Amino acid sequence: MNDLSKSMERTLLSAPGKKKTRDINAISPLWNFIFNAGVCLFALSCIFPFIFIIIISFTDEKTLAINGFSILPEVLSLDAYRFLMRSGEQMVQSLGVTLTVTVIGTILTLYLVSTYAYAISRKNFDQRRFFSFLAFFTMLFSGGLVPGYIVVTQVLHLRDSIWALIFPSILNAFYIIVMRTFFTTTVPDAIIESAKIDGATEFGIYTRIVLPISLPGIATIGLFSTLGFWNDWFNALLYIDNPNLIPLQTLLIRIQNNMDFIVQNSSQVVSYDIAATLPTETVRMAMVVLATLPIALAYPFFQKYFIQGLTIGSVKE
Amino acid sequence: MQGILKKLMKNRAFLLLVLPGAAWFIIFAYLPMFGTIIAFKDFRIHPGGFLESVLKSEWVGFKNFEFLFSTDDAYIITRNTILYNAGLIMLGLVLAVTLAIIMNELLNKRLAKLYQTAMFMPYFLSWVIISYFVFSFLNVEKGVFNQFLVFLGEDPVSWYSETKFWPYFLIFLGLWKNAGYGSVVYLAAIAGIDRSYYEAAMIDGATKWHQIKFITLPMLRPLMIILTVLALGGIFRSDFGLFYQVPRDSGALYPVTNVIDTFVYRGLTIMGDTGMSTATGLYQSVVGLILVLLANYAVRKIEKDYAVF
Repeated sequence: MNDLSKSMERTLLSAPGKKKTRDINAISPLWNFIFNAGVCLFALSCIFPFIFIIIISFTDEKTLAINGFSILPEVLSLDAYRFLMRSGEQMVQSLGVTLTVTVIGTILTLYLVSTYAYAISRKNFDQRRFFSFLAFFTMLFSGGLVPGYIVVTQVLHLRDSIWALIFPSILNAFYIIVMRTFFTTTVPDAIIESAKIDGATEFGIYTRIVLPISLPGIATIGLFSTLGFWNDWFNALLYIDNPNLIPLQTLLIRIQNNMDFIVQNSSQVVSYDIAATLPTETVRMAMVVLATLPIALAYPFFQKYFIQGLTIGSVKE
Repeated sequence: MQGILKKLMKNRAFLLLVLPGAAWFIIFAYLPMFGTIIAFKDFRIHPGGFLESVLKSEWVGFKNFEFLFSTDDAYIITRNTILYNAGLIMLGLVLAVTLAIIMNELLNKRLAKLYQTAMFMPYFLSWVIISYFVFSFLNVEKGVFNQFLVFLGEDPVSWYSETKFWPYFLIFLGLWKNAGYGSVVYLAAIAGIDRSYYEAAMIDGATKWHQIKFITLPMLRPLMIILTVLALGGIFRSDFGLFYQVPRDSGALYPVTNVIDTFVYRGLTIMGDTGMSTATGLYQSVVGLILVLLANYAVRKIEKDYAVF
């Protein structure tokens, strides 16, 4: 208590031009250290597994068989990556599927979400309450997995088609809430009114005025969606049997227990003795690294959009 | 009639905008809702397509539900789902708010930003990737945990068949993956609190702890309540990957890893029991809806402004 008033006095007395003094409301250096240590430890636990997997992927297979997974392996090796370069056709194929699904899916998502959210964000749209309810009720109640599965396989006949990986996840009510909140908070009514007076049509207003000033919101949803499609494996688990159509994450599931999958499906003939000596464990980990690397490298750059989207989405109405 | 048509004409631009999305909701959300009536039918596929299959299948009343609730599974999956989710919701709330408050107080803001980036990382990864991470620790022969046990002179543990550890693993992983996400929301809310509250409190002699207890936490209360009510709505839904992928679908672990979602998935894909799986899904949706309405009703009774709807 006494300390506080003393330090307050010091701050008040210090001349404004002088070097900055410690903020009197800041926590003490001791607590700062304790907090830093605690959070730092947790933060490290969040990136450590990824670093560990990278190290394993560069470990020599024999060393790994003898010593187990280790942070400081005795012998390093590029064998896993060499193996993938030689017989990684399945990996390339799956990467292609993932990329295609991600690009097409994200474009469709942005189209559906932005048009829907824009319409229900406009107060002069008479049926906006009905369509808002149509979207938001799906957050409260759903038919469940099985009827959805039957619709995709028996009504739309999408089994073993790339659309089965895209259609079920291109839209959800949460994206619409985020986007609608973005439209209502950042697009001033005055702009729309003045455009109307100048004779712009509703479509003109939407494409030439609203979309350009809503780019941060579009980016947020685009990122949510990109990440969703890149990481998706559940749709493939349900709807895809054809090896040519399985995405990267699902390939990782299949090789989890069965390394043969990548060997059988590469066009290169792998003889039995090669198959017997192939670096299985490290190849698996190398594939995990390759499947994760794009996201791990890119995400610090798009993190700020995510944060923006999250904070907008959680605001009430 | 003419009035309605006139109104629709007036709104045709908006209706055209909303149409594709509305079509998606009808096909992918409302058609399956209609499809849940097969929970009350003995579902047989007819050549005439989905609608004919649904309509021509024989009514069996609540037989699918009776079948479900006569097994031990119904109790186990309900218990697991509720306990795991309740634990994740409560501990997740405490962890997110604590992290947000601590991060907000750190003196070095650049360091805080760095921590945040690191903590956000697991959120961006799929459960498949995380299951590989977990495997590098739990593998019987090569895993880090067993190496450590052997180093200590203990016997290695066969982690993927020992049920007693998994509740802790699953709760830890669920919290670990979403901590960064949760803390960001609260951090943003803290940043939005008017600084003059703190200044006034300081002049009155409030310590840091007082400030957190009497200003920060009460100001975060509405957000905590809203997010918790929304989470309660999903208490009957589980993160499928956490309970299926991370334990590697290990049969020995089913007693502690089987939740409603994994049960429905296995019922559909392995047993092919459409009727009972649909009944289970409907049970999940109906109870979930009731729970969120109840939670919201309770909040409305206590503090009207905090209710979600």
